[in-house]
Amino acid sequence: MDVSFVDAVQQAFQQLINGLSLGSIYALIALGYTMVYGIIRLINFAHGEIYMIGAFTGFFAITVFHMPFVMALLVSMVTAAVVGVIIERLAYRPLRHAPRIAALITAIGVSLLIQNVALLVWRPDPRAFPDVIKMQTWSIGGVIIDNRQVIILAVSVGLMLVLQYIVHRTKVGRAMRAASMDTDTAMLMGIDVNMVISTTFAIGSALAAAAGVLVGVYYSRIDPMMGVMSGLKAFIAAVLGGIGNIPGAMLGGLILGIAEVLVVAVASSSWKDAVAFTILIVILLVKPSGLLGHYQREKV
Amino acid sequence: MSQEPSNLRIWLGRTVVAALAVALVLVNIGVYTWYIDYYITGILTLVGINIILTSSLNLINGYTGQFSIGHAGFMAVGAYGSALISIELGWPFLLTLAVGALFAALLGVVIGLPTLRLRGDYLAIATLGFGEIIRVVILNLPFTGGPRGLPGIPPKTTFFWVEALVIVTLLVIRNIKHSSHGRALFSIREDEIASEAMGVDTTKYKVLAFAIGAGFAGLAGGLFAHFQMFVDPKSFGFLKSIEILVMLVLGGMGSLTGSIVAAIVLTVLPEALRSVSQYRMVVYSILLVILMPVRPQGLFGHLELTDILPLRRRSSHNSADAKQQTMSGRGGE
Repeated sequence: MDVSFVDAVQQAFQQLINGLSLGSIYALIALGYTMVYGIIRLINFAHGEIYMIGAFTGFFAITVFHMPFVMALLVSMVTAAVVGVIIERLAYRPLRHAPRIAALITAIGVSLLIQNVALLVWRPDPRAFPDVIKMQTWSIGGVIIDNRQVIILAVSVGLMLVLQYIVHRTKVGRAMRAASMDTDTAMLMGIDVNMVISTTFAIGSALAAAAGVLVGVYYSRIDPMMGVMSGLKAFIAAVLGGIGNIPGAMLGGLILGIAEVLVVAVASSSWKDAVAFTILIVILLVKPSGLLGHYQREKV
Repeated sequence: MSQEPSNLRIWLGRTVVAALAVALVLVNIGVYTWYIDYYITGILTLVGINIILTSSLNLINGYTGQFSIGHAGFMAVGAYGSALISIELGWPFLLTLAVGALFAALLGVVIGLPTLRLRGDYLAIATLGFGEIIRVVILNLPFTGGPRGLPGIPPKTTFFWVEALVIVTLLVIRNIKHSSHGRALFSIREDEIASEAMGVDTTKYKVLAFAIGAGFAGLAGGLFAHFQMFVDPKSFGFLKSIEILVMLVLGGMGSLTGSIVAAIVLTVLPEALRSVSQYRMVVYSILLVILMPVRPQGLFGHLELTDILPLRRRSSHNSADAKQQTMSGRGGE
């Protein structure tokens, strides 16, 4: 066989692996956007900041409290869940019946607030995330895989399975699905919608925090502004898959991650940020309901 | 505001307007006699640029009810367009500004046509996306200086030009508001479906508002470029769009008076509080979060100064106008 062809195939597989790692991180963040949007129809702009808080909590858990990786992951997920619930309670709940634009502006405000407080408290400079997991690499047929990528994939897939279980097999999951179909009717059926919304924020925030810790491990650096771009891209992933649709968010995240890695490989990294937004525009124009979403007619 | 305004209100209105006119004249005398120093004149220039930005976003977000959060992108197009023409071709200042604004307006049409089919959150996120794409494209074009920015722009923005163009902008937007076009825009804001049913060509009017707003943002960008003498893609990111949005929301979406007041306050305040400048964005964000539950319509809502403090007894034309003001509820969905 032609050597350059083998090279190209190897290269393609390599990028696919890298894209899957990045994509599963986007997917984890996207799940929070999609779940929250599914129930209260709000783009939670502060979600990217929750992811940043998760990364920093993991960082402090490891450096200050010397926790092992799994422990740090759990601590940061719990912390982020609490922060997410507090944000919902203080900022979004008073606006539940206000015009949607008011809630959207508040979400932007909360996002800016957390970013800037983090910039003041944690300083703008990036921090080196500690090497909690010793890097090991394997070469499979010329494609290099390292154990961090495996961990990212394993943790993401594991968390998504847990989420699927919660949403489809538990009582609170059924309540969430009911609330996302019709909040008012769900309330009439005796579902505590406020509790359901809090739970949704808690679960979504925990997943974002997990993504934050995984990113820290993978790229070994975190900074207070890391949530802005990742948050926007994860939201795009959610739209791409069909907002409100959980498998859609996973699919969207993976597609976005792979597309981004490919563009960096083929063109240049300075175009990286344009990929996601171009995908967003195209999907909004061609199929606004997303790949797996259902078209909803606007009612008068 | 159903009853006739009292004599006191009319008297107050006339006094306030007279006082504002005197203040404006005094500021002009101060600037031209160099009594007001260079630093303060610079702040006044920035105030003017921000007034143009905020009132042009008002046309899109306030009057038409379309939620755009990518306004800085159009500003960037105007800034880079006019700056490049100034540097490379050396055209007269007003012409470079006009071409920059025209670029931005054309781009507004190109972007507006597909995206304005979207509504609410989707439109917001699409405009955000386009704003970012514009920034990345500028970053990668061969003739913009990339991430290092574009230096050596001639310092042609003077207080005179800013003041003149602020007045032009406000006049144009005010006249749009009081024209049949303006009423079409309001009808889209209040209920797009009903408006379409009444025969308003909603696509046309939305794109028109978007393009005019983008054009004025481009104008502001041109003024900004020739004031700073340097532009780089970072100055026109998402945060700049949000800054303009904060001014608009604080003043009240749908009020030119509000846009002007908020642009003045939010430009002067950070300068006055320079010693604590690192808290500027914290204050902005807290402002947004507190404003929404407490006073979501902003300082002025849909009202103008002359609605609150009328200058004369209402003629029939004015009373129809005021009725429309009170009837229109809050924008958005």
